[in-house]
Amino acid sequence: MEVDQLQRSFLEYSRLLFHEGFLDGQFSQLQLLQDESNPDFVLEVVSLFFEDSERLLNDLTIALDQQNVDFKKLDAHVHQFKGSSSSIGAQRVKNVCIAFRNLCDEQNAEGCLRCLQQVKQEYLLVKTKLEALLRLEQQIVAAGGAIPMLNEFC
Amino acid sequence: MVPWFYLAGKMVIGSSKKVVADQIEEVRRICALVVDDDPLVRRIHGMLLARYGLETEAAENGKEAVDLFLSGKTFDLVLMDMEMPVMDGLQATQRLRGMGVSSMIVGVTARGLEAEKEAFMATGLDACWVKPLNAEAIISVLDELAKKLL
Repeated sequence: MEVDQLQRSFLEYSRLLFHEGFLDGQFSQLQLLQDESNPDFVLEVVSLFFEDSERLLNDLTIALDQQNVDFKKLDAHVHQFKGSSSSIGAQRVKNVCIAFRNLCDEQNAEGCLRCLQQVKQEYLLVKTKLEALLRLEQQIVAAGGAIPMLNEFC
Repeated sequence: MVPWFYLAGKMVIGSSKKVVADQIEEVRRICALVVDDDPLVRRIHGMLLARYGLETEAAENGKEAVDLFLSGKTFDLVLMDMEMPVMDGLQATQRLRGMGVSSMIVGVTARGLEAEKEAFMATGLDACWVKPLNAEAIISVLDELAKKLL
């Protein structure tokens, strides 16, 4: 594929991710921080987000699997997940975390279980989409092109 | 991006003051410490500060931050997370102020509750922001830092 075609695909795909609410302006801020001296910055922070998320999802699953759920502990894990998803701009994951925390406050175990499934689903969705976006980015770089910016979302 | 540095006793914002090379007698880069238990936040905040010309170091909790100051290191700016294991941001800020540290300490928290922010401020913070910080927030922090250093 030609560079300009790859760049167009990248922009279209990015727009879609923003319009569907998977990503927000925070992700654009991270893209702006990537430059020649830090060419892999976005890849690096996205990988950190994946590591954080997988650890936290595991912690959440264990915390909710107990006979007597420790809601304070559960809330602390959800709080961390909300923090990392906001840091990367994974808006839909962050929104589920907000709802999840309210259910922790209410000590609603059933609601928390539903939210856990929802947050797992949203995480897997955004992970797949971010991986696809990063693949496109790598293809553009390999073809000698520059990564286009979506200024309207900064 | 706008470089910030301490130039011959004055903090200068490069593009607004049109700094020319022959004016530079002595340049001291502004140093910042990012204290956060989340590696993702440490990396993003560190990168944001570096983008504005600051030298950055990182600590994983409040105790590491206190230990850095105890070892004789100094920082112009500290970005201090509120909730951390080992020693949280409230304890660390109190401890640093108790040691006579006068650096600008900016609290960062994911919690938006006013009462929690007020309690954090009361430990000796200069300001408190909701994280994650973006470029706009960093510029605002650096404006305040410039006022403090001038």
